[in-house]
Amino acid sequence: MRRRDARVGVLFALPWILGFLIFMAYPLISSFLASFTNFSILRSPKYIGLSNYKELLHDEVFYKSLSNTLLYVLGAVPLTTVVAILLALLLNTKVKGMALYRTLFFLPTLVPMVAMGTLFSWVFNGDYGLLKPAFMKLHVPPPGWLTDPGMAKWTLILISMWGCGQAMVIYLAGLQDVPVSLYEAAELDGAKSWAKTRHVTIPMISPVILFNVVMGIIGSLQVFAVPYVLFQGGGPARSAYFYTSYLYDNAFQYQRMGFASAMGWVLFLITLALTLIALKLSERHVHYESN
Amino acid sequence: MTAREVLGLSAVACVMIAAAVAGDRAVARQARTDRITVVYWEKWTGDEAKEMRKVVDAFNKSQDKIFVQYLSISGVDTKTMLATAGGNPPDVAGIWQEQVAQFADSKALSDLTAMANDAGLSRDYYIKGYYDPLFYHNKLWGLPSTPASIGLHVRPDLVPANVGTPETFPKTLDAFDALVAKISTKDANGDLKMAGFLPSDPGWWNFAWGMYFGGKLMEGDKLTIDSPENIRAYKWIEKYAKMFGPKEIQSFQSGFGNFASPQDPFMLGKVATEINGTWKGSYIRVYRPGMKWFAVPFPYPDDRPDLAGHACLSQDILTIPRGAKHPKEAFEFIRYVQRQDVMEGLCKGHGKNSPLAKVSEDFFETHQNKFIRLFDQLARSPKAFSAPQIGVTSQLRAEIDVAFTEVSTGLKSPDQALHDAQDRVSGLWATYKNQVLDQ
Repeated sequence: MRRRDARVGVLFALPWILGFLIFMAYPLISSFLASFTNFSILRSPKYIGLSNYKELLHDEVFYKSLSNTLLYVLGAVPLTTVVAILLALLLNTKVKGMALYRTLFFLPTLVPMVAMGTLFSWVFNGDYGLLKPAFMKLHVPPPGWLTDPGMAKWTLILISMWGCGQAMVIYLAGLQDVPVSLYEAAELDGAKSWAKTRHVTIPMISPVILFNVVMGIIGSLQVFAVPYVLFQGGGPARSAYFYTSYLYDNAFQYQRMGFASAMGWVLFLITLALTLIALKLSERHVHYESN
Repeated sequence: MTAREVLGLSAVACVMIAAAVAGDRAVARQARTDRITVVYWEKWTGDEAKEMRKVVDAFNKSQDKIFVQYLSISGVDTKTMLATAGGNPPDVAGIWQEQVAQFADSKALSDLTAMANDAGLSRDYYIKGYYDPLFYHNKLWGLPSTPASIGLHVRPDLVPANVGTPETFPKTLDAFDALVAKISTKDANGDLKMAGFLPSDPGWWNFAWGMYFGGKLMEGDKLTIDSPENIRAYKWIEKYAKMFGPKEIQSFQSGFGNFASPQDPFMLGKVATEINGTWKGSYIRVYRPGMKWFAVPFPYPDDRPDLAGHACLSQDILTIPRGAKHPKEAFEFIRYVQRQDVMEGLCKGHGKNSPLAKVSEDFFETHQNKFIRLFDQLARSPKAFSAPQIGVTSQLRAEIDVAFTEVSTGLKSPDQALHDAQDRVSGLWATYKNQVLDQ
């Protein structure tokens, strides 16, 4: 009976297993093997040992794209986290028409990335941009959002807030799980709203914050579509040239699939390391109810 | 095994067989059963695609053995490369001239030399500047679809009347620079209102600036990005950045709209002159009909009169990817496009000059671009030049673009920016030679 059940179970899981083996496991293993080869798509891969990894160590564009990406992660993750939590707190209040507000704040996340890139190219347009009149009223020259090498990354970090609706929904779900009894107890102790937020809400949703931060780090390390649309060629002086853009260029523009595979595996290791660091740092600050 | 499991497994097997059969049909891409289908992937959309479709339709009507299936494909170069690697490429792929070396080195293209010679499509049939870049390592890898030459476009209403004609417009760079300084205007806040000329507009041919000063990017096998002529060109670019101010240029240029729209800075009068290709006239006709403009060769340095009439050339080309199912039939179509009447019709439709050595008077007379004779002359100029034939052209252009931005934003001196580009591309070129060319 058990063996028969197992067979039926495997049969039902077969489509997923096949999909995983063909579309995930095989590319993963082959990209790992390709990272040790000189592979240009049309030529047979030739084993070159660690040459691709050694080349990465001496590649200034690799460092430039990596530092751009890490700066983006450092800027975008905290910013979207704070904004998403604030929005979630705001949308957790009992106000008439709250469902509508929640929908409105979530809607931007449904905009496709390429459309979003095009949209923001107009928002930050130096001449017709939506932001220009505000700066002009203040008699402050608007920054070169898209053209100044010192500004391009910050523009993208600002744009990253556009997608915080997704995290906001998760925070909102977390907030609604916080037991009311804890707030009542805090009130009995004389806690005001800030104290309740600091000592009850934040600790209680800290696992959700950790989840969103880790997902944010992983997502931000893979930022691609919006900078690719906004900054063809990596922006002024490669100031908005991100890791995945360089990886893409190597794979598909320069046909250096082996080198790009090595980059992919280095990114995986960086992602893993940052995730582990985040988990380690969270040990003291994340509160689990089971604790 | 129970009957239910057997039924389930049979259903899965049926689905997989159906998928395999349907998939095989899908990749076969046979559009017609009565003719051989030649699949043609091309980069163009909009009006340019329509013009090529007319050619395809005419070819399909002209005979009853081959049917060309024309498909507009975004990222045609990457997709062609991947489809070739996957063993199912199109029969004809429309890529760019600059990609010939990279595609040929990757063994992604079929050698057209014999077929072209048999069809009488030899070097003499074409303008040299268009044929030679397609000949790489003693083999012909593609033939032109539509070419272009690059000239300086001028708005006579934005320059003084005494230089407002092609004949009176400055021929040398010193006079041109003086004119730009004179006509450029700023508003009360110090913001640029109108620039006489901006080297960064549209910014598509940064690799070519050195060549306008007599430089080269390669001498034989060696890269010469930081040659004295190239550094001189980039000092000239730096001069423009200083004249207007890097921040002012950035701010001014961030308001420029797309070239294929009414927000184009030249059409809006934000720049009085602009370096651009033969096609510019077509866009003006569509988005700003009636606007007055003329074209001249880009000015030459005062101490290099031998460079008069120089021009950068580029072209779209037709190739047959390696492993194409019907190479002979594909070449039949390419040969048809090379016919003088067909080529002239297509180039006229695209607003471009012809790549052929022989051009009919009717082509010039009826062409929508009234300066088409100039663009034809520029293409035939012995001083005409193209991007170098090298497998790392994409990287080379990317590095020069970075150097250009670094110089025009004041981040690096011309010497430093070009030395850095030289170092980086040399490293990439050495790796390429080692890994791809097995040298």
